[in-house]
Amino acid sequence: MTRRTPIATGSDWNFDVLERYERAIAALADEYRLDTYPNQIEIITSEQMMDAYSSVGMPIGYHHWSFGKQFLSVEQAYRRGQMGLAYELVINSDPCIAYLMEENSLMMQVLVIAHACYGHNSFFKGNYLFKAWTDASAIVDYLDFARKYIDKCEERHGVEAVEQLLDACHALQNYGVDRYKRPSPISAEAESQRQAEREAYLQTQINTLWSTIPIAGGQMPILVAHDDENDPLGLHRHGRYPSEPQENLLYFLEKNAPLLEPWQREVVRIVRKLAQYFYPQRQTQVMNEGWATFWHYTLMNRMYEDGLIDEGVMIEFLQSHTAVVSQPGFDSPYFNGINPYALGFAMFSDIRRVCEAPTGEDREWFPDIAGSDWLETLHFAMQNFKDESFIQQFLSPKVIRDLKLFSLVDDDRDDSLQVEAIHDDRGYRRIREALSVQYALSAREPNIQVWEADIRGDRSLTLRHVQDRRRPLAQTLFPVMRHLHQLWGFPIRLESLDGGEVVRRYEWPIPDPARDSA
Amino acid sequence: MSYFIDRRPNARNKSAVNRQRFLQRYRSHIKRAVEESVNRRSITDIERGEKVSIPARDITEPSFQHGQGGRRTIVSPGNKEFAEGDRIRRPGGSGSGGSGEGQASNQGEGVDEFAFTLSREEFLDFVFDGLELPHLERKQLKSMEETRPVRAGISREGVPARINIVRSMREAQARRIGMRAPLKRALREAQAALENEERKDPVLRNPARIETLKEEIERLEKRIAAIPFLDTFDLRYNHLSHQPMPSNQAVMFCVMDVSGSMTQAHKDIGKRFFLLLYLFLERNYERVELVFVRHHTVAKEVDEEEFFYSRETGGTIVSSALSLVDELIDARYSPQLWNLYVAQASDGDNWDDDSSTCMALLQESLMPKLQYFTYVEITPHAHQALWTAYETIRAGHPDRFAMQQIVQAEDIYPVFRKLFSQRTTT
Repeated sequence: MTRRTPIATGSDWNFDVLERYERAIAALADEYRLDTYPNQIEIITSEQMMDAYSSVGMPIGYHHWSFGKQFLSVEQAYRRGQMGLAYELVINSDPCIAYLMEENSLMMQVLVIAHACYGHNSFFKGNYLFKAWTDASAIVDYLDFARKYIDKCEERHGVEAVEQLLDACHALQNYGVDRYKRPSPISAEAESQRQAEREAYLQTQINTLWSTIPIAGGQMPILVAHDDENDPLGLHRHGRYPSEPQENLLYFLEKNAPLLEPWQREVVRIVRKLAQYFYPQRQTQVMNEGWATFWHYTLMNRMYEDGLIDEGVMIEFLQSHTAVVSQPGFDSPYFNGINPYALGFAMFSDIRRVCEAPTGEDREWFPDIAGSDWLETLHFAMQNFKDESFIQQFLSPKVIRDLKLFSLVDDDRDDSLQVEAIHDDRGYRRIREALSVQYALSAREPNIQVWEADIRGDRSLTLRHVQDRRRPLAQTLFPVMRHLHQLWGFPIRLESLDGGEVVRRYEWPIPDPARDSA
Repeated sequence: MSYFIDRRPNARNKSAVNRQRFLQRYRSHIKRAVEESVNRRSITDIERGEKVSIPARDITEPSFQHGQGGRRTIVSPGNKEFAEGDRIRRPGGSGSGGSGEGQASNQGEGVDEFAFTLSREEFLDFVFDGLELPHLERKQLKSMEETRPVRAGISREGVPARINIVRSMREAQARRIGMRAPLKRALREAQAALENEERKDPVLRNPARIETLKEEIERLEKRIAAIPFLDTFDLRYNHLSHQPMPSNQAVMFCVMDVSGSMTQAHKDIGKRFFLLLYLFLERNYERVELVFVRHHTVAKEVDEEEFFYSRETGGTIVSSALSLVDELIDARYSPQLWNLYVAQASDGDNWDDDSSTCMALLQESLMPKLQYFTYVEITPHAHQALWTAYETIRAGHPDRFAMQQIVQAEDIYPVFRKLFSQRTTT
């Protein structure tokens, strides 16, 4: 390989140099078959970065105080020097928008281009979750639609009314996704076209559902009665509504909440659609960061080998890279959970190692991939997994040993913690299992579904929480239920189930103590 | 395919709206924090922005989360000494394992306060929120000392720089039409007559008349051609008239007793009070001048440094200061031009006979000129003659005269708020 002269040296950058590096990286990325959306690389100031930060990186967003709160805390941390701003921010859109801060040195800019514009970008385009859940080409338009729509609502109904509604929706935004159904892609144009139509249609549906005008039998619904003795005429034998439990609370509210105005339903829908857009990101943190880190590392090294960057830049890069992938131990004062960059980078590097230079252990553990084409295998891993399954599939004993992972059982029936497994032959599988569960969204968020809307009775809405290993709900559930109550308009009940039995009941508004039995 | 965009010149502060929404929503919290900090801070700091913290639990956005309890398995890195089956005592309380697993523990990192920085403007907004300056009137001037050029229609005279082209061209066109009309009519008539004449039988023609008509036509055509496209009297100019400007300036007289009985602590309290008032005036007027008058038995105009820090002793004659203020007003600050404010701080001591002099001076001479007079008495003791005298004045000018007692530094801000609270409710 012929060594070329570096494109630039030193730490200053200009657009010309960046463009030349970008072309060089693009050529290398092509060699590694990284398939990306076109890149739109934007140079911004640190203030603009703070703005971008506080709106979850979205280039346009509707107004809400919580983003202001986010901004103030970012600003405070930045001013005090507690936190450096992220060097980059990248948005899953087509073209893929990446922000580069002007303060970055040349090395940082090149690193960020490799990391964001080729690493994250190819992940967004290739991973199955992103493919199924997000429509990169439509997101910016949709955000624009959302902002304009909410602006219009504020104009018509007042800032405060919209704010309260958004507060309530935000509290439930993690429950705004259909996990098992592929959603229809969001598109701004169609959205605004159909929006008025939908408003009218939805309202007629709700009206039918909640109609109290007697239907065929001529029976008026009467108040709660569940026993047959109390309901000899079988007025309540129509079964529950909804007949199946609903996991998508926001969707259920949008379609069924009896008192919401059409515009309010549309706002619920907006929050739901945006939550859906972020849903894959929440499940692929380790993979996404690991993939991007693996590629910036590989690409930077290639550029160094090809002589495109000099030793100075390389040393600066290695220092920065080492900081990014460092994993402090659990007892370190810097410990803040498992660093997704560290774990993801270690795993992707390890997959390459298993492919290129497998040991006996690897052949035993990964017979399928040991000795296979590493690039092929890496792309396969990136495309077809999420954190949970990725760890389950690819966490190797070597990575467990390198990170010295151990698992600890914290059981409230036990007065001490117990070390369940460590990095030894007996422990590998159990650690892998436990870590995989730790990244499963279903274990991180309480499992709560709509159980019954009492449409023939007091119109209360009953939710069911299925406890995961006896873990109860945190106290935050009361404010959430209050928000839920605002949306639904009638009493909210929540039942916590463990092993099929209701172990706790909650109600909002908090019922009369005289009546309360749970 | 990639392209670079330089967004740096774009607008910053995209989050300004969200920021304002946040401040609006937690107005009462922030106001409480600001009030505390005003009392706590040293006076020179007040002008800076302020770090404010409000309880974090009040601003969390709730969501369903796992609570403590049940059975969890936590995987952590960095095992050094544990072997399978080891039992470890729970670190502090039940399962507060700071493993970073799940959101519950991430958020519970002991961040009880949500801290952020208000800009100077935002800070002062909160400090002076709900306060108003009594008798804030823009004084209309009779003499034309301060004027502002205002567009006042169109005039026929002016300098070339102010030519109003549209109006000038319109005038010119009207003039051209007006001047041509009779000539054109005459021309048409002459032409018709000529034609008529020429159509006649050659025998009957009057050659002399034809000659005259031809001459006439020629003359008229010349005259029409001679009408100028633009004439000097078509020109119109934008007219600027000089309007007297309402005075937007105020002067604040700081009057302080520096007699022996006033300690440094008293003066500090006084200073804080003056500063608050100054900041407040500054927000309402474009220009605020400060005049420092200190007095013991004799009053003297001094600069700020001397006002606050020089040491004096002696008895107290308040009227000396008031008459000096009166003189200064007459000499330099005409009530026609200036909004006048007097703030006086004292420990309440006065020469016995002097209080009635003060009263007379205020009643007859000062009060009619002033916008507002505030008096703060810094003393834990009972009031003396001066207070009683001032009470009479307050009764006479209930909305131009205010007085309050301050015992310690913490009282300043509440007292200040009391003095300037909006009177709409009363």
